[in-house]
Amino acid sequence: MTRARARGFPLAVLLTAALVASGCGAGTRTEGTTLTVLAAASLTESFREMGERFERAHPDVEVRFNFQGSALLAERIRQGAGGDVFASADRAMMNRVVRAGAVAERPRTFATNRLTVVVPPSNPAGVRALSDLAAEDVSVVVCAPRVPCGAATERVETVSGVRLNPVSEENDVKDVLHKVEVGEADAGLVYVTDAEAAGDKVRTVDFPASERVTNEYPLATLEAAEHPDTAEAFVEFVRGDRGRRILREYGFGTP
Amino acid sequence: MSSVLRPRRRKGAERPVGTPLPLWLPAGGALALILLPVLGLFARVDPARLPALLTSPAALSALRLSLRTAVLATGVSVLLGGPLAVVLARSRIPGKRLLRGAVLLPLVLPPVVGGLALLYLLGRTGPVGAVLEQWFGLTVPYTTTAVVLAQTFVAMPFLVVSLEGALRAAGTEHERMAATLGAGPWLTFRRVTLPMVLPALVSGLVLTFARALGEFGATITFAGSLRGTTRTLPLAVYTEAQADVDAAVAMSLLLVAIALLVIVVARPRAVG
Repeated sequence: MTRARARGFPLAVLLTAALVASGCGAGTRTEGTTLTVLAAASLTESFREMGERFERAHPDVEVRFNFQGSALLAERIRQGAGGDVFASADRAMMNRVVRAGAVAERPRTFATNRLTVVVPPSNPAGVRALSDLAAEDVSVVVCAPRVPCGAATERVETVSGVRLNPVSEENDVKDVLHKVEVGEADAGLVYVTDAEAAGDKVRTVDFPASERVTNEYPLATLEAAEHPDTAEAFVEFVRGDRGRRILREYGFGTP
Repeated sequence: MSSVLRPRRRKGAERPVGTPLPLWLPAGGALALILLPVLGLFARVDPARLPALLTSPAALSALRLSLRTAVLATGVSVLLGGPLAVVLARSRIPGKRLLRGAVLLPLVLPPVVGGLALLYLLGRTGPVGAVLEQWFGLTVPYTTTAVVLAQTFVAMPFLVVSLEGALRAAGTEHERMAATLGAGPWLTFRRVTLPMVLPALVSGLVLTFARALGEFGATITFAGSLRGTTRTLPLAVYTEAQADVDAAVAMSLLLVAIALLVIVVARPRAVG
């Protein structure tokens, strides 16, 4: 028995070392201001470019992003996780943060988005319209109703009258996209901007009802902001001409 | 059984060695790091809502699915991993060191990576998945089978490692003795080897079950998340955390309760 226990020891050391090593990458910081922007997963591509352009205009500022599902980000903010700016994929998640008294200003809408159907390039199930997704033998992946893209999916079902029968409800729009990209689902509902970003890895099947279900993306500086002025400058940048141009390039609507 | 193997402590035979003072502080820190977050979880609970949250359809369906899949995964681990442990401990095959290392892979690998690997192998476009789909019309992802596979992938090494270690530590002396007394290999295995490693087998089983029950990353990437089919308790906790934190906390408490039960029931006999 003692020998067996001794054998377990190097493994424990290895695991501990791995844990320590994985934590070592964090915490590198450059001189100047670091702005932390918490943004919805669907903003990943557009806000990366937004950040680069903003940094070019403000050389002393480094913009760091945390892209995740809006619901998760909202909860993190409510728990006091900090951050300078929050950009949400719908108003419901922003309102949660507002109710918690965590925003420093009235949130402002900066972009709109809508859903589309994406299928793998080969379109194995021959999907041509939203109504095709109701068929039994079509495996459809959607967002969970708890997250913004899932809430939008439910509204699409109401507006169009098409009842979906998904094989999986993902927590993040990017997970839906991934399942379609790798051909593990016949179809998925994602934002038009995600479909755009995926390029020719997916094919888009647009449907009329999507025009009637738009998500409004609000953003606001946070009460906990370490650099309120820079945060406000970033918000203005996103809402300004250059920001709107970037957002439109990635397929968003701008108010 | 285990009392035979354990050296018995003679009373008054030795003076207890004191614990060095500098160790107490970090030791306390370690305990705090383990216990405080769990206690914090209890502090977040809204007692008035708790009964309703624990018996909500979402929680009950996740609990049922979790228990069912974790039991199945443990069963598969015994049926496949048990023999593997015996082969690794007893046989003389080339490259055994390498194989032993390979068994540890799922322990060291992030579960998400394991989930992706399973998806790319058994998914519809994967080399094995494509064959399954075309020849047998079987789809693995998005099924409860996928959940069990993902759990087995991450949890089986616990069983293999603990069983193999015990087999090697026990040595082959008793077995050779049995052989000289005329027992065949199968009889020797059942009447000598198995009873000898039973404590290790039980502790391996417990660890495997606990790990399978807590599996998250591989499951969500490989099996997806749908209530009643693939959304086990850890996945349900994550989904609920997006919207209703109280519900997520309640489900977390369920997992903590099961974990405590596992430790209390199994630890004194198997590990301690």
